[in-house]
Amino acid sequence: MKLFLDSTRCQGYGLCQEHAPDLLELDEWGYASVVAVDVPPEEEDAARACVESCPNSALRLEN
Amino acid sequence: MTASARPGTGTATSMIEDTATTATRIRSLIPGGPGTLLGPAPDVTESAEAYADVGGYRYTGAPADLLERIADAGLLGRGGAGFPAAVKLAAVRDGDGVPVVVANGEEGEPGSVKDRWLLRARPHLVLDGLAHAAAITGAAHGYVYLSDPYAAGHVRRALAERPTPLPIEVIETGHTYVAGEETAVVRRINGGPALPTAKPPRPFERGVADRPTLVSNVETLARIALIAARPDLRHDIARTTLLTLSRDSGTDLPGDDSALLTEVPYGTTLGTLAAELGAADSSGALMGGLFGGLVGPGWPSLALDHAALADAGTALGCGAIRFLAPAACPVAAADDAVDHLTAESARQCGVCVSGTAAIRDTLRALAAGTAGIDAPERLEHWSKTLPRRGACGLLDAAAAGTAGSLLRAFPSLVRSHLGAPCPVCASRPPSGGHRLVVPVPHVADAVPGTEPFPHLCPR
Ligand code: SF4
Ligand code: SF4
Repeated sequence: MKLFLDSTRCQGYGLCQEHAPDLLELDEWGYASVVAVDVPPEEEDAARACVESCPNSALRLEN
Repeated sequence: MTASARPGTGTATSMIEDTATTATRIRSLIPGGPGTLLGPAPDVTESAEAYADVGGYRYTGAPADLLERIADAGLLGRGGAGFPAAVKLAAVRDGDGVPVVVANGEEGEPGSVKDRWLLRARPHLVLDGLAHAAAITGAAHGYVYLSDPYAAGHVRRALAERPTPLPIEVIETGHTYVAGEETAVVRRINGGPALPTAKPPRPFERGVADRPTLVSNVETLARIALIAARPDLRHDIARTTLLTLSRDSGTDLPGDDSALLTEVPYGTTLGTLAAELGAADSSGALMGGLFGGLVGPGWPSLALDHAALADAGTALGCGAIRFLAPAACPVAAADDAVDHLTAESARQCGVCVSGTAAIRDTLRALAAGTAGIDAPERLEHWSKTLPRRGACGLLDAAAAGTAGSLLRAFPSLVRSHLGAPCPVCASRPPSGGHRLVVPVPHVADAVPGTEPFPHLCPR
């Protein structure tokens, strides 16, 4: 499973990071960056939750 | 306009008066002849007949054989990334659906002119290359994508001169830094704005009309056509490249800067190139358009070779190299480059808007002598954390390309800008990239008086 961020959609609300602190980081302006594109199996639920949490549909999972 | 061009002399004059660089000369560093792009008359548009006379439009072999020759020659893409052309062609051919091929002539780097020159001077070579790419991939539709109205006129006339079996459409776009980025190309042809989209998918997977799409730089296509005409010369054809060289004189006096469009073998050193431009005394150079960043002490021995340049932390990019005269300050050059990139940010990605502005403001403060003591540290941090964060590479060019390379190539010079205003920087505030613009060499018509669009501004 891979996690992708569409940076044209990210508005920097930071909601995603609360759900998956090990997969995403927030920068000094609040924008998200993916630190683990390849999602480890034990983080898959967290990855799904963070994708759902984004109000702008900026995050996407692909198998 | 034709009065300013002297066919056959290899000297061309541009009509642009408002850049510091007033003319771009054309001179090859290799013997002309078959297998080269800069022919004997690089300032005159080649007709269909003249192109056929030098072996064009003649290949009748199997597309698979041509692909094999391209692979064997090791031809690399000339748009900036230097990706193997044969691998990209095969990926598009093997994709899902009937492919589309696009000749990308939208040259967004202000310091590069080679693609626009090629379309103006040798449109048939590019169209022939596009037809070969279509045959190899099995595409049923082709596009020529560009913003230069002169080039568009030359391409349209070339298509009228010799209709091709492949339906080819000319798509004109606005001239911006990102309009030639491959996903922006696809988005524009699909009817949207010429702005990048998030990847994946890449165009080779899903592009124009959701089909596998080859977006290929026009010089790459021209070299494919050269290989088709002279397979025996394929290795030489793959090992030479067009370059746009320019010199930042450090002054804003009109005509003080100089520029040269040239063709050279890979392996040529920057020292040799600088000598051609009268810039052997440079303190460094801005490489690859704005993607390779600055190179400093030791630059003359750097050779044009993708691997060697990568080892040195720089890149050839689209082949635009700008030498910095001793009177020019590398901090001012970096400030101007990032000023341009910030202005050209497509403002789609929040991180790019914030990131480019932060780098610009910090470089501006450095140039003004008002930067805090932590400025180098902040620039270093951004140069490491911002690349690959935007939908396209513009932010990378500002962060790693420009800021990161300035710190690496000129560390003590950067420190000397802390706390004391630099007189050179003060005398040359950023120009929004205006100073980086190299004018496209004027290309005259073979038949005088038949300029396709004499009334248009030749930007
Ligand atoms: S929740 Fe969405 S918009 Fe907010 S920081 Fe995360 S990815 Fe960006
Ligand atoms: S990285 Fe910058 S220039 Fe590129 S798409 Fe995003 S906002 Fe536009």
